[in-house]
Formats: sequence, C-alpha cells, structure tokens
Amino acid sequence: MLKLKRRVGLKLYTEMKDKAPIYFLLFALVALFLGMFFGMTASFQYLMPEFLKEQIPFSKLRPFHVTSVISWIVLSATGSIYFFITYVEKFKLFSRWLVKLHFIIFLLTGVAIYISFIFGYNEGREYFAFHPILMIPILVGWILFGINYFKILYKNVKGWPVYYWMWGTGIVFMCYHLMEAHFWLFDFFRLNFIKDFAVQWKSTGSFTGSWNMLVYGMSIYLMSKIKENTDVATNKMAFFFYFLGLTNLMFGWAHHTYLLPTQPWIRYVAYGISMTEWIVLASIIYNWKSSVLKIEKENNPMAYRFLLATDFWIFINIILALLFSIPAINFFTHGTHITVAHSMGTTIGINTTILFSALFYIVHQLYPDFITDKKWVKRGFYSLNISLFIFFVSLIIAGAKRSYWMYVSKTGSFSEMQDSIIPYYISFFVFGIAIFVSLLIVAVPIFRAFLKNIKS
Amino acid sequence: MITNSKPYILTIAILIFLFSIYNYVIYNTEGYVAVGKLSPVAVKGQQIFQSNQCWSCHQLYGLGGYLGPDLTNVYSEDGKGPLYIKAFLNSGVKSMPQFHFSEEEKNALVEYLKQVDETGIYPNYDAKIEATGWVEIIYRNER
Ligand code: HEC
Ligand code: HEM
Repeated sequence: MLKLKRRVGLKLYTEMKDKAPIYFLLFALVALFLGMFFGMTASFQYLMPEFLKEQIPFSKLRPFHVTSVISWIVLSATGSIYFFITYVEKFKLFSRWLVKLHFIIFLLTGVAIYISFIFGYNEGREYFAFHPILMIPILVGWILFGINYFKILYKNVKGWPVYYWMWGTGIVFMCYHLMEAHFWLFDFFRLNFIKDFAVQWKSTGSFTGSWNMLVYGMSIYLMSKIKENTDVATNKMAFFFYFLGLTNLMFGWAHHTYLLPTQPWIRYVAYGISMTEWIVLASIIYNWKSSVLKIEKENNPMAYRFLLATDFWIFINIILALLFSIPAINFFTHGTHITVAHSMGTTIGINTTILFSALFYIVHQLYPDFITDKKWVKRGFYSLNISLFIFFVSLIIAGAKRSYWMYVSKTGSFSEMQDSIIPYYISFFVFGIAIFVSLLIVAVPIFRAFLKNIKS
Repeated sequence: MITNSKPYILTIAILIFLFSIYNYVIYNTEGYVAVGKLSPVAVKGQQIFQSNQCWSCHQLYGLGGYLGPDLTNVYSEDGKGPLYIKAFLNSGVKSMPQFHFSEEEKNALVEYLKQVDETGIYPNYDAKIEATGWVEIIYRNER
C-alpha cells in the first residue's frame, strides 16, 4: 500500500515537474488576452464618453486592464523561470508541492480579484485596486517561489551567472514592494498625505523595477542559450548593468514625483540616479552590432526575432524615458498620455517581446520539430511592431496636445481639449485592436502547443 | 565560466544597507510644507475616492488615470470649490458616471480634496526651470 502510494506520488511528481510551468504560461496567456480586451473596451470610452458609462464605466475597466496585463508579465515570467531551471537546467525542485501550491494560490487569487472587481470590493489603489486582503495570498505565492528558487540554486550552482542574481533579486524585491504598496493601510503613512503619496509611487515604481529584474534576466538567459555562449551572462559588463539596474530600482523612483512637494533632496537623488541610465543608452549604441545580432537563429527563429524587436523598443523607450526623467522636460510631459506611452511602450515593446521570445524558446524545447516561424506568425510579428509604433506615437501626440493646453494655450475647457484630441484617440483605439489581433495570431500556435503538452 | 561571487555579494550587501537607511529616512520624512494630518472625515473621503476609483479617471499631482482632469487644486481654483465638486458628483458629466452619494459622503470627499489642496500646487505654473534641467517648484506657503 505504502509502495503504491509512493508510486502515485512519483507519477504526480513527474507530471507536475513537467507541467506546472506550462500551467503558469497558459494562465498568463489567458490573462494577456482578457487584459487586452479590457484595454480595448476602456479606450473606446475615449471616443464615446457616454457609452455604457453607468454600466461599465472607464473606472471599472481600467483596473481590469492594468491588473490583467501586469499579471501576464508576472505569471509568464514565473512560468518561464520555473521551466528554465527545471526543464532546461534540469535541476531537481526543492519541493514539487510548493510549485503546485504556488500555482493554485495564484489561480484562486486571480479569480478572487476578478470577483472583487465585479462586485465592487475594490478599495485598493492604482495597480492593486482589489481588496487589500488579497495581497496576502499573492505574497505567500512569492514566498513559495522564493523558497524553491533559492533552495535549488544554493544547492546546485556555484558562481551564479547574472540572470540567477537578477531573478533572485526580482523575487525578493517583489515581496518587499508589494508590501510597501500597502503601507497606506497604516495611519503612520496614511495621515500624512504627501509622505503617503510619495511612498505609494515609490512602491509602484520599484514594483515595476522588480518584474523588470525577472524579465531582463530572462532576456540575458535567452541570449546566452540561443547563442550558446555563456559569456554574455558572466562577464563584468553584465554585472555592472545589473548593479546599475538595482541602484535605479532602489533610488530612482522619485522621478515619478518631481512635482510633488516632497523634500527636495528626495528629488535631487532621483534626478542624479536616473541620469546614470545614459550609460545604458551609450552602451546600446556602442555595442549595437555586436549584441543580439550575432545570435544564431537557425533553431529559434522567432525567439530571435522577438529579441531583435526588444532591442529596437529598448532603444526608443530609453530615449523617451531619459528625456522625461529630466525635471525640466518632465514638467511638461507629466500627467499626460506621454506617461501612458511610456508604460505601454515598455510593457508591450520590451517586456512582452522578451516574454514571447521565451515562449517560442520553450515551445522549441518541448517540441524540437515545431516550426515556429510560420507565415502567419511572421506576419503577426511584423504587424505587432508596426501597430505598436503607431499606437505609441498616437499616445505621445495626445499627451503633447494636452500639455500644450495645460501650459501654453491655457484656454478652453477640459472637454474641448479632449474633443480636439479625438483623431489621435481613434488611432490609439484602432491600433490597440491591431496589437490585440497581431498578438493573437502569434500566440495561438504557442497556446495550442502548451495545451497539447499538458494533455499528453 | 564560473564567476567569483564574493565581490558581487559584497556590492549587494552595501546596496541593501544604503537602501535600508534610505527607506528609514523616507518613511520618516514629511512633505516640504507643514500641513495638518488628514482628519477622520478626510480619511473617509479618501476611502470613497478609492472605492469608487476616482483615481482611474482623475489625477492628483498628475498621477492617476487620464480620462478626466487633475483634481489637486479643484477645491481652491477660481470658480470651482465645494459646490462645484458636488455638482459634478450629482450629475456626472461626459464619461463621469453619476454617483448617488449621501450628503455626508459628498462632504467627506470635499473635505479630502480640501486637505489635498492644502498640501501644494499642481500644475505648478510658477515653477522655475533652471539651466541644469532642475525645476524649482513653488510651494503652498510661498504664494
Ligand atoms: C469614468 C471616469 C470618471 C470617474 C470614475 C470619475 N470622474 Fe470626475 N470627471 C470625469 C471627467 C471626464 C470630467 C470632466 C468633465 C468635463 O468637464 O467635460 C470629470 C470632472 C470632475 C470634476 C470637475 C473637475 C474640474 O476641474 O472641472 C470633479 C470635481 C470630479 N470629476 C470629481 C470626481 C470624483 C470625486 C470622483 C469619484 C467619486 C470622480 N470624479 C469619478 C471622469 C470621471
Ligand atoms: C500587452 C499588452 C498591454 C500591456 C502590457 C498594457 C499595459 C498597460 C499599463 C501598464 C497601463 C497603465 C498605464 C499608466 O498608468 O500610466 C495601461 C493603461 C491603458 N491601456 Fe494598456 N496595455 C496593453 C495593451 C493595451 C491595448 C491593446 C489597449 C487598447 C487600446 C490598451 C489600452 C489602455 C488604456 C485605455 C489604458 C488607460 C490609459 C489612461 O489612464 O487613460 N492597452 N496599459
């Protein structure tokens, strides 16, 4: 009897060992498409402000959108990292049950978040609008991830390549900043509006920095694997940029709050730290030819293409980000859609492209014969990048027009200003749909392959 | 290639040490202009502001969603103020839904916006832009 039990346990173990990461990835893709759907419905209200506004106001749709698409990033990064360490690196999990538990907790919390939104239990703040109690299971999930991660690596790896550092950092800082984002629950913060507001934006800025640690770590991992050259992940430069990123994660957040009357030194520090990112830009330009372009693409053509796209979007976004981290420019761009162009430009252009690169790499690991660069997938890829470009530019123009209204013309009402931007909102809406469709075309074969995998 | 991790561990330790001090100071630093703490009524207003997601269409200090206008100084702006705010809550204009708040809830929201207004100015039209790229903002007590 005991033996039988053990056998059953073993079978479950082998199954879960192979499948849990794939469950995370499927869940992530569902969150992505739901999230983009909510994004499209939300942006429609820019065109038809009164449309269904009592039933599904923008304020209901926006949290659905933002929480879902951020979940896409976080869940697909988690699934990919689990996959890399178990399936590619073939490390034995510290505990298979913890991974399973992690998945179940996240799945149930995801459902609970939607329920909390639908029934209006959403007294949280931006990005975490759901009931604050749901933060507890999310934190527990991250801690489980951390336990498995550090136990595995501690046992198996000496002299970590940079991506292991980045993932570890991402997990730890994720836990911290998720907590920090809820400090407002304590009167010590809440009653001091300026301090409270500053800490709120500190936490969300660093929360973004934390998932970037996970995702950028993945891009270095992918490069070192596709290239079959571990040097990109072990040389001194890689570590230099890791520490630069970490410094920015810790001390750079106050560029979101240059116009908040905090103590000036907080903003001075942020200005100084943010400007160190020019080094990143310089290095991108300097290393242009020698970076990703050298990757061997025979086996992973789509993973390769997506990383090329990442390179392009990093370049565009870092220029924008560097410019508006200068207070004198931020003064005009802050509080406009230029900020939204930055958020979606980076989350789609950089994070989502890296994540899709990972998904294609993973499909290739599961099914070496799987042909990833089918004609339609390539078309989807190109139309994604073109649509995103127009989407991005539309948001920048919309933001510039609002800024002009705020600081230069200073005439006309808010609604007149909004009406004058409608052409750009239309293009934002239309190319938002194009992004949705393009990603759908790219994702369907991957989704099918993952489904096949969990069924087999 | 195996890397020597010692210098990296040391660097992280230093960064985390600095980060801890920095956080301690940030958490204990008030805004630049001394203002009173949020009153219990204002806290109630803040709760209503959050649970109705006013922030997803409106900004405070330019932060939030962008479908509607910034509300930082709506309390004290010329031609606006408590009655104006309540009028918007009662009617719902453009994409803003109509809210069916009790008088008490409306007062709480107004009190919250009043106390936010006291903390500073946004948009900060009189700010001085310097050649270094720095912006010297004008504080509430300087006007
Ligand atoms: C679905 C989006 C949305 C939500 C949610 C929303 N508003 Fe509005 N609100 C708007 C828009 C759009 C305007 C501008 C209408 C116009 O002038 O055309 C506005 C205008 C206002 C104004 C007038 C601002 C000014 O300077 O003229 C106030 C005050 C206001 N809203 C308060 C609130 C409060 C408080 C809440 C939460 C209880 C809230 N709003 C929720 C969209 C929204
Ligand atoms: C991978 C896909 C996407 C990601 C990762 C993403 C991410 C985000 C993020 C992070 C924000 C918050 C912005 C901020 O607070 O500054 C946001 C806002 C928004 N997104 Fe997306 N997005 C995606 C796709 C889309 C699509 C396809 C649409 C459809 C047009 C869309 C419409 C919107 C709208 C309307 C907002 C709110 C802007 C506002 O506050 O006025 N998004 N998105």
